[in-house]
Amino acid sequence: MARLSVENVQRAQDLIALYPQPRSALIPVLHLAQAQDGYLTAEAMAHVGELIGITPAEVAGTASFYDMFFLHPVGTHLISICTNLACMIDGAYELLEHAEERLGVAAGGTTADRRFTLEEVECIALCGRAPCLAVNWRFFGDVTPESFDRLVDDLAAGALADEVPPHGTLCRVVRQVPLQATGVTVADLEAQRQSAGAAGGGNP
Amino acid sequence: MTTGQPSRPPTPIVTAGAGRPEPWSLATYLANGGYAGLRKALSMAPEAVREEVLAANLLGRGGAGFEAGRKWSMVRPAQPVYVVVNGDESEPCTFKDHQLLETDPHQIIEGTLICAYAVGASGAFVFVRGEFALGLERMTAAVEEAYDHGAVGRDIFGSGFSVDVVIHPGAGAYICGEETALLESLEGKRGFPREKPPYFPAAIGLYGAPTVVNNVETVSNLPWIVNQGGAAFASLGEGRSTGTRIFSLSGHVVRPGNYEVEMVHTTFRDLMFDPALGQGMRPGRTLKAFVPGGVSAPWFGPDQLDMPLDQDAVGKAGSMLGSGSIVAMDDTTCMVRAAWRITRFFHRESCGQCTPCREGGGWIDKVMHRIELGAGREADLDLLLDVCDNIAPGLGWPPAKTTICVLGPSIPSSVTSAIRMFRDEFLVHIKEGGCPFAA
Repeated sequence: MARLSVENVQRAQDLIALYPQPRSALIPVLHLAQAQDGYLTAEAMAHVGELIGITPAEVAGTASFYDMFFLHPVGTHLISICTNLACMIDGAYELLEHAEERLGVAAGGTTADRRFTLEEVECIALCGRAPCLAVNWRFFGDVTPESFDRLVDDLAAGALADEVPPHGTLCRVVRQVPLQATGVTVADLEAQRQSAGAAGGGNP
Repeated sequence: MTTGQPSRPPTPIVTAGAGRPEPWSLATYLANGGYAGLRKALSMAPEAVREEVLAANLLGRGGAGFEAGRKWSMVRPAQPVYVVVNGDESEPCTFKDHQLLETDPHQIIEGTLICAYAVGASGAFVFVRGEFALGLERMTAAVEEAYDHGAVGRDIFGSGFSVDVVIHPGAGAYICGEETALLESLEGKRGFPREKPPYFPAAIGLYGAPTVVNNVETVSNLPWIVNQGGAAFASLGEGRSTGTRIFSLSGHVVRPGNYEVEMVHTTFRDLMFDPALGQGMRPGRTLKAFVPGGVSAPWFGPDQLDMPLDQDAVGKAGSMLGSGSIVAMDDTTCMVRAAWRITRFFHRESCGQCTPCREGGGWIDKVMHRIELGAGREADLDLLLDVCDNIAPGLGWPPAKTTICVLGPSIPSSVTSAIRMFRDEFLVHIKEGGCPFAA
C-alpha cells in the first residue's frame, strides 16, 4: 500500500490551499508522493487525484510528461549525468561510459541492490563546471572518473547522507506561512488614496 | 588579445550579493540595502513604478528579449491579475538563473513584489525548475523570512498593499521555460504551449486571467531600477540594449562562469578573452566557433568576436543573444557531433504537439547521428537542409514558424550553422566513414 501517509495528506492539503485552483498543486503534491515512496506508485497517484479532485488518468497524464517523475521503482541514488553541449565537449560521454562500467548498468538502468539508478540527462545548468552530474538533484561539478568513483564510494558508505537525501526528497524546507493577502488590490488602494486626497488628508 | 578592458559598471546590479557571507539570508540582504526598492516602490503610485521600468528599457532576460515595461503595460485591466516569475532555466549552457536562485533569493522576491505592485497583481508565483533542489530550498526559506519581515503577505510594510508569493516547483521539462507551457504546468497539466494569439499571457494567462511572466534575472534588476531610477539603468549600455546582463560562459575557455557585464560596451571577445572574464582559450588551442546565445541560436565564428553584446546588432547578424549563454568551441571540437547533440536535445524535449517539430527533430537527429558514426551519404546534407526548411521555411532569421511555439524553429539553427560553416567536416565524415576527431 502506498497511499499518502496521514502526515503527507496534511502537507498535501496545505499545498492545495496555496493555489486559486486545486489542480495547480498537482506537481508539488506528486513531488511529495515521490518523496514518500521514491517513485510514483499507482495507489499514490490515485490518492493524489482524490485529494485534488481529478481522475487517476488525469494525474498519470500530467505525471508521465515530466522527466523527474518515475512511474517505476528507482535506486536510492539517482545519478543524472549531463551530456549536453558544454559537458559533451568536456568529456561527458567518456564520463558516462565510465559510470556505466563502475556501476555495471547501462544508462537508464538500476543496480541489482537498488542503490543506484544511472541516467543521461539534458543540461542541468552547471555548465561552468563541466562535466557535471546530480545525485538526487544535488549537484557535483568538474567530475573526473576518479572523483566519480570516490562519490559512488561515499554514497554507498552513507558518508553524504546529509547533503544527498534519498531519491524523491526535493525541497527539505517546508512552507509554514499560510496565504495572508486579504484581497486588497492595488485598485482598492488607489481608490482609498483618491478618497483620502479628496477629503484633504493623507498622501498625495 | 583583447580590445581593452570592457567598460564595466562600478558595481554589478544583479550579482552584487555573490561575494557576501550567506547572501541568501535576510540579514545579509537587509545589511546591504535589501527591500529598500520595495519600500520606495510602495511609496510611489503603481504607474510611476511602471514609468521607471519603461524608462530603464529593461529587456527581458529569459530569451525573447521583449521589453519588460511594455509587457506590463499590455496587461488587460481585470481582476485578478497574476505575476509569474520564470525560474525554469533549461536552455542548454545557460546557468545564470540557477546561480541567482541559490545566491540571491530575496532579490528575486523583492523584484517579484515590485512587479506585482506595479501591475496590480493579487497573486505571485515563482516557478523554479524542479531540478534546482537547493534553489527551491533557498527560495522557500527566503519567502518565510520575507513574510516574517512584513515584506510579503498582508499589508506589506504598512502600505495597505497585500500580495502572497508562492514558490512552485517544476518537474523536468525544457518546454516549460516557454511562458504559455509554464502556465499550463502551473495549472497542473502537461507542458503544452498555447497558441499566441489568442493566448498572450498579458491578455489570457494563468486560469485565463491577465498574467505577467518575467524571467528571474529580469525581476532581479527591479530593486536597483526603482532605487536608482530608470534613467540610471538606461545610461548603461546603448540603444535598446540597456543596463548590465549576466552571460553564462562555458566551453573551452580557461575560466568559464557567469559574468555580469555592461551591454553593448562589452564584446564577445572581451567576454571570452579578458583576463578578468574568460581568460581566453585553453593553452595551445584556438577558437573554432561559438554559440552566441543558447543552443537555439545560430553559431558565430572567430570573425564575429568583436561584435558588441547588443541584442539588435546580434539579431541583425543573423543570430541572437537569447538566453545569454555563450559556448566557446575550440579546434578539437567535432562540429558534426556538436550540432547533432543539440538536435538530439530538441528532439527529446519536443512536447509533440506539432508535426514539424516532433517528426523533423527526430529525423535530423537520426541523419546527423549516422553522419557522425560514419554511415552518412553526400545527399544527406541536402536532405538535412530540406527537413530544416520544412520546419522553418526559407531558413531565414528570425526563423519562420510552422509550429505553436519557437522550439521547432530553433532546431535548424545549429544544423544549418554547421553545414554552412563546416561543410568540409561533414564531407570528411562521409568520405572517411567516421569521425576524424574520434580518439
